Amino acid sequence: MRNLRRDLQGIYTIWYRDVVRFLRNRARILSSLGQPLLFLFVFGSGLSPAMARLGAGQLDFTAFLFPGIIAMAVLFTSVFSAVSIVWDREFGFLKEVLVAPVSRTAVALGKVAGGSTVALFQGAIILVLAPLIGVHLSLGQIVVLFALMLLTAATMTSFGVLIAARMRSMEGFQMVMNFVLMPMFFLSGAFFPLRGVPLWMEVLAQANPMTYGVDPIRQVALQRSVSEVILETIRLHPIITDVAILSVIWLSLMAIAVWMFSRQE
Amino acid sequence: MNAIEVRELVKKFGEFTAVDRVSFSVEQGEIFGFLGPNGAGKTTTINMLCTLLKPTAGTALVNGYDVVRHPYEVRQSIGLVFQDPSLDDQLTAEENLRFHAMLYGVSRRDYEQRRREVLELVGLSDRAQSLVRTFSGGMKRRLEIARGLLHHPRVLFLDEPTLGLDPQTRHHIWDYVRALRDREQITIFLTTHYLEEAEYADRIAIMDHGQIVALDTPEGLKRRVGGDVVRLHTSDNQQAVLRLRHALQTDVLLDSNEIVLRVPKGDQTIPQIMRALGTPPAIDVLSINLRRPTLDDVFVHLTGKAIRDTEASTTERLRQMGRIHGRAR
Repeated sequence: MRNLRRDLQGIYTIWYRDVVRFLRNRARILSSLGQPLLFLFVFGSGLSPAMARLGAGQLDFTAFLFPGIIAMAVLFTSVFSAVSIVWDREFGFLKEVLVAPVSRTAVALGKVAGGSTVALFQGAIILVLAPLIGVHLSLGQIVVLFALMLLTAATMTSFGVLIAARMRSMEGFQMVMNFVLMPMFFLSGAFFPLRGVPLWMEVLAQANPMTYGVDPIRQVALQRSVSEVILETIRLHPIITDVAILSVIWLSLMAIAVWMFSRQE
Repeated sequence: MNAIEVRELVKKFGEFTAVDRVSFSVEQGEIFGFLGPNGAGKTTTINMLCTLLKPTAGTALVNGYDVVRHPYEVRQSIGLVFQDPSLDDQLTAEENLRFHAMLYGVSRRDYEQRRREVLELVGLSDRAQSLVRTFSGGMKRRLEIARGLLHHPRVLFLDEPTLGLDPQTRHHIWDYVRALRDREQITIFLTTHYLEEAEYADRIAIMDHGQIVALDTPEGLKRRVGGDVVRLHTSDNQQAVLRLRHALQTDVLLDSNEIVLRVPKGDQTIPQIMRALGTPPAIDVLSINLRRPTLDDVFVHLTGKAIRDTEASTTERLRQMGRIHGRAR
């Protein structure tokens, strides 16, 4: 019982630090919006004419892209904040945490909680742009979107902690960025519908956790913008299936992440 | 109960034995120093005592808690200042302290008061709201000491607390450490490879190649090298030697044109020398000097080499181990 209280306090503390650091760094919040916005407006506007047939001509490409960009913001923020463990290791701060009377499990879970929260903030900031893209959201949709963003964020932060648990230097991070994050983003259906793609791509996309984040976020975000019939043509699974698969991935990744993190000396 | 009780502690990294059957105990309220070159096993020992590393064999009790079986109790009862800085420099000094208080379950009310106390102790009261990024090396180290004390630890571990700091700052840190012992009455366990700093400790363990080669007070260690050396030069050395042998009843050597005496207490011998040579017919003393053994002498005496030389060879040894391991993997 005492241990549980101590560990809950530990989770809260790690979470608290991530949130304080995030809010402290307003410049970074803004600059981290740069890339998603660039994708959204440059790609969106540039490709719109070419993608005019999308959704039987009823779906503007920028609107299609919008949920993908939300997922992108969530993905990158999640993994980056989890990988800050490597920074903490390099700058010594991790030691302060590891010698505290708090279990490694609590530290890892606190990191997942912190990274998810920060990613949720970041996703929410993108969400504010919805009216500009012509995507109209009801309060109910926003609530569901928050839940989906949080689930996606928790999954990807767990993935990030898993990577960071074994990473000893920031050099490795570039590798992860190029060979894991970018492919994950491109093969998640954020950029283009995964319907009718070559088999190899379909297989990779199905194995990609992000796919199950992008798919429901898009369905919910575009609920009121396009008809049910059109949505049917661009979605992969019913929302409930996506959520179920993503939850399983989240819990598995988090369990592995905690295990990996606890094993390090 | 001793603050720290270590028996036959061993730590191996693969084939390499970093700590080799080390035993010692530290009394409560003591300043206990670990002295040795880099790579002697000091940090490895500290890491085992603060539960960051699991011992390969042997036992260690800190504040009565076994480091393997009760790591959380050990952690709760100790404070740590690491060799490398471990602050979050994007946060303010106060935030770093608050974060620590939260991790160690210090209540909010206790924290408010304690924060003021520890910041005052290290002279950083007016910088509580500054970002740690803006601090100098010495200020960071002081903040870390303050942080290490926040949760009322009974033992404070300082791993090379003055490494990389300029001499003046090092001196300041020591002032704080001693003020701390007097004010907080806690046990301080520190490692250093600066011989002059080890003098501040009540007792010193000299570590070399993972083993404790000597453990005593600084004075006791120096006595092992064999007392003070007095050298003098007079107007008539031959006569002076005869007269001093007679007056002091001790060995007096003539080394080229210097008279050399090895005595337990040189400061008390000098007046005797002056008196003996001053009685008519007086022999003029042209120069006289007293040299007390330093820990450097102790180190050379015990390990057969100066601490600097050992440093190089230990690094070399570690590097070789690394090479062997690299090949094995």
